Order: sequence, then C-alpha cells, then structure tokens
Amino acid sequence: MLKVKNLRKSFGPFLAVSDANLTVAQGEIVAVIGPNGAGKTTLFKLITGQLKPDQGQVVFKGQDIAGLSPHRVCRRGLSLSYQVVSVFPRMSVFENVRVAVLARRRQVLRLFTPAVRLAGKETWEILENVGLSDKAEVISGTLSHGDSKVLEMAIALGNRPELLIMDEPTAGMSPEETRATMGLIRRLNGDMGITILFCEHDMELVFNLAQRIMVMRQGKTIAQGTCDEVRCDENVQQAYLGGHGNA
Amino acid sequence: MLAALAIFPTMVSRYYIYLVALMLVTGLLASSLNMVLGFGGMYQFNHAVFYGVGAYAAALLTVRGGVNPWWGYLLGPVVAAALSLVMGLICVRLSKLYFGMLQISLGSLVWAVVFRWYSFTGGDDGMHGVPVPRLIGSIDGAYYFVLIVTVVCLAVMYLIVNSPFGRVFESIRDNPERAEAIGVNVRLHQLIGLVIAGFFGGVAGTLFVTVEGSVFPDMLFWTLSLEIIIMCLLGGWFTFLGPMLGGGMVVALRAVVGIYTDYWTMVLGIILMLLIFFLPQGVLGFFTARLGRGRAAGEGD
Repeated sequence: MLKVKNLRKSFGPFLAVSDANLTVAQGEIVAVIGPNGAGKTTLFKLITGQLKPDQGQVVFKGQDIAGLSPHRVCRRGLSLSYQVVSVFPRMSVFENVRVAVLARRRQVLRLFTPAVRLAGKETWEILENVGLSDKAEVISGTLSHGDSKVLEMAIALGNRPELLIMDEPTAGMSPEETRATMGLIRRLNGDMGITILFCEHDMELVFNLAQRIMVMRQGKTIAQGTCDEVRCDENVQQAYLGGHGNA
Repeated sequence: MLAALAIFPTMVSRYYIYLVALMLVTGLLASSLNMVLGFGGMYQFNHAVFYGVGAYAAALLTVRGGVNPWWGYLLGPVVAAALSLVMGLICVRLSKLYFGMLQISLGSLVWAVVFRWYSFTGGDDGMHGVPVPRLIGSIDGAYYFVLIVTVVCLAVMYLIVNSPFGRVFESIRDNPERAEAIGVNVRLHQLIGLVIAGFFGGVAGTLFVTVEGSVFPDMLFWTLSLEIIIMCLLGGWFTFLGPMLGGGMVVALRAVVGIYTDYWTMVLGIILMLLIFFLPQGVLGFFTARLGRGRAAGEGD
C-alpha cells in the first residue's frame, strides 16, 4: 500500500533523513523505531507532504505522492496524528472533529448551509468510538494531555483514512490511557480495516502491537522485518537495543 | 433592539439620526473586517481600502459614469471584492505579519492613486454632492436604507460564519498547518474569505455615500484601517456582534470627545491600551464570558 524508497531530506548541512526505506501492506500495523533524532518524525512529515523530500519516492496505492501538498495527500486517504498535540484550541472537541469530516466530504466551501446540519452523526460516532463523547462540548485547548492525544487521533479519523500514521500516539499518557489507546489502535485496525503506521519509544507497546517493525538510525533504515527478525538482527542489537540496555 | 432602531428616528433630531446611521455603517465595516480577522485569523491591515474603493466606485460610476445611483450601490461592493481578490492573490501566500505588511503597502498604493488623480477622483478634496436616489435622499430615508442593508448584510455574514466554510475558516485561524493536513486548501479558503470581507467592506463604503453624499481619500488611509482593527478588538473579535458594538462605540466616542479636543487619536490610543490590559477579549467578549461563567455556576448549584 505504501512504499518509501531511498528517501532523503536535509536541513541545511544537517542530514535528517538520508536513506529511508519502508513498505507497509494493506491491513498491517507497522512500527518505526529508533533512538531520538533518528528521523522518525521527519520521515512521517515527508510521507504526508508537510516536508518536501530532496530525493526518493513515496508511493501510495501505486502513485508517487512525494512532494504533493498536505491537503492533496490527505485527500488520497492518508492521515497523520501528530506527536506534539496539534488541534484547533479555541474550538470545541466536537467541532474539531467535524471540520475534518467536512473536509473529507469536500463540503468546506459551502457558504450558506448551517454547519450544525452537516456531518453531525459521523462526528458523534467517531467521538464515541475513541471515548471522547462525554467531552464533546469542551473547548479543546482546555483538555488534559491524554485527552488531547486522543482528540488528535479522532481528527485524523474524521478524514476516514485508509492509512493512519501516528507519531508517538501514547507519548506522555498515563498507563491506563496507554492501555486504552492500544485497545483503540487494535480496534481501528481490526474492526475498521485501517492500515496503521506508527512510531513509539515504548518497546513493550511496539512489540505488542506491531506486526512488522522498521528500525531507523541516523536517518537510515537499518532493518525491517517481523518482531522476531528485528529482535535478532545484529545491527539492531548493536545500534539500538544494546545501546539502550533496557529492551 | 431592532424595533428601537426602527422607530428611533421619529423621536430625535437630525443630528442623532445621522450619528446612528454612521454608527451602523462603521459597525458593518468593522464586522466585515472581522470576517477575516476574528474568524479567519488573518491580520488584514488595509481594510479601509475596500471601504474607500467601494464608496469611490459607487460615486465615480454615478458622477463620471452617469449610471443610475442604484447601480452604483450594487457595483461598488463588486469592485471592492474584485480588488480584494487581486490583492489577495498577491498577499495570501505570505504568513501572518508579512501578509499584513504587504497589504499596507498595496493599500497605500491605492490610496496614493486616489489622492493624486485630481482629474478623476478629485484628489485630496474628494467628491461632494454625489447624487443619491430620491427614495433615500432624505436623512430618514438614508437612515432606513442603511438600517435595512446593514441588517441584511449581518444576516448573510452570520450565515457564512456558521456555515462549513466559516467553521473551517476558524480551524485555519486556530491551526493552519493542521487544517492543511486534514485536507483543506488553506490558501483558497483564505482567498475566498478575503473576497467576502472586501465585498462587505465595499457595502459599508456605499452606505457611507448614502449618508454623507460625499467621498474623500481619508476613507482609504491606513490610519482608518487601524481604527477598524481597534473597533474589532474593542467590541470583541471572537464574537459575532462585537465589532458592531465596537464600531458604534468608536463613532460615539469620537463625536463626544471631538467636542472637547482635537486630539481624538490620543484618546483612541489610551482606550486601546486600557483595552489590552483589562479587556483582552473586548467588551462583548468580556460580558459573554461572564454570562457563561454565571450560567455554569448556576447549573452547578
């Protein structure tokens, strides 16, 4: 479904991503791991169009989408849930998700239909699904960190993506929130058939959730395979797991 | 409120009718700016240009073009919207402050043309005695015309603010990067917002012609643009009717303060400073917030 080939991006003299390779098949849950600064977030931004790659290909559903603007990428069925919470802080939780649904339905340029009549049911279903329905009217800027992260995902779901990319979905969450989010990710993948690509520092979570793992180090892909393959890979042990000593 | 505005001219002198008409026009002007300022988060620093161009277009079409004044009123806002489109195309790719700065320069350019082109626009004298249709030629007639048009415009703007377009515009204000990421063509959206604001700014300009029967280059000057922004901030730029209130307040204050001193702008500056320190949400924003808290507390009991 998604194939990233030899992707490269530098910021001035700093090479953030030098040679990233990744394949994600339909229906999979794939994790990207790597130490801080390995280029995971940059890779995700390159895939979703927020950054333009210097070189390489991003093929999604058979078409090269590298360098397309973010709204075009999104319309092809690929959404990103951010690492740093990035919601619409002055609007209610409900409206945050509603605008995403409106955007997917291409209704954003309607000038004279009241918005309250559109997309309400679908928005409500998403909020119930992620467990935010009791906070629907709360102004999103006042949410707790854990709830904001869930709202992040809810906004991305409003686009009804085929591939959902999540940049550290559980970062900063409490253990209970993390468990709930893991359950949610499984449901999204299992019940709704959404393909999922995520990165995370919590190794327990990664090995629990992911079917396949890609390992990055200093902007390069050093391994990709099933959990067991990655665990046994010498490069990985040396570069990452061994270095950390806690995995 | 509306009823009070409707019967009000039967009870007071001409001066007050004129003053309230001006408050309505100015309120509409501020509301039109707030479409992009408060609801779109775009720092439009040259809004007076569309006010002035709407007014000049209507006046020039009537006086120099010899068209029926009604057509002038209709076409004035269209010309303003067209200008807004052109300026928008140039400016919209820039972010926040750079957007505003380029706008000021382009706006000043238009002002300079109007100010210098004596043979066509009347230069710094402006144009006086612009013909007004007989139906609305009297001060009462002009007042009711202004009232009706203002109410209709506000209703249309209210619809737009609450439409999907308006909702998404607010999301762009809050977080343009994310709005783009959920599939919104942010620049197109902003451009349409600018055209809408320019159009209603132009409507306010033509209403000014109805009330005053004249136009002058100060209507396009950047100081007025800043005043309009202050009106929005004063009334409450995250509320729909706040700018209406702010516009009315500024006109009323200027009328009162103008009696005692020539230094109106100084008074305005002090008001702005007090506002930033004590009422960052604006007057209406402050009261709706208080009201909201009161209600929430009431429910809690």
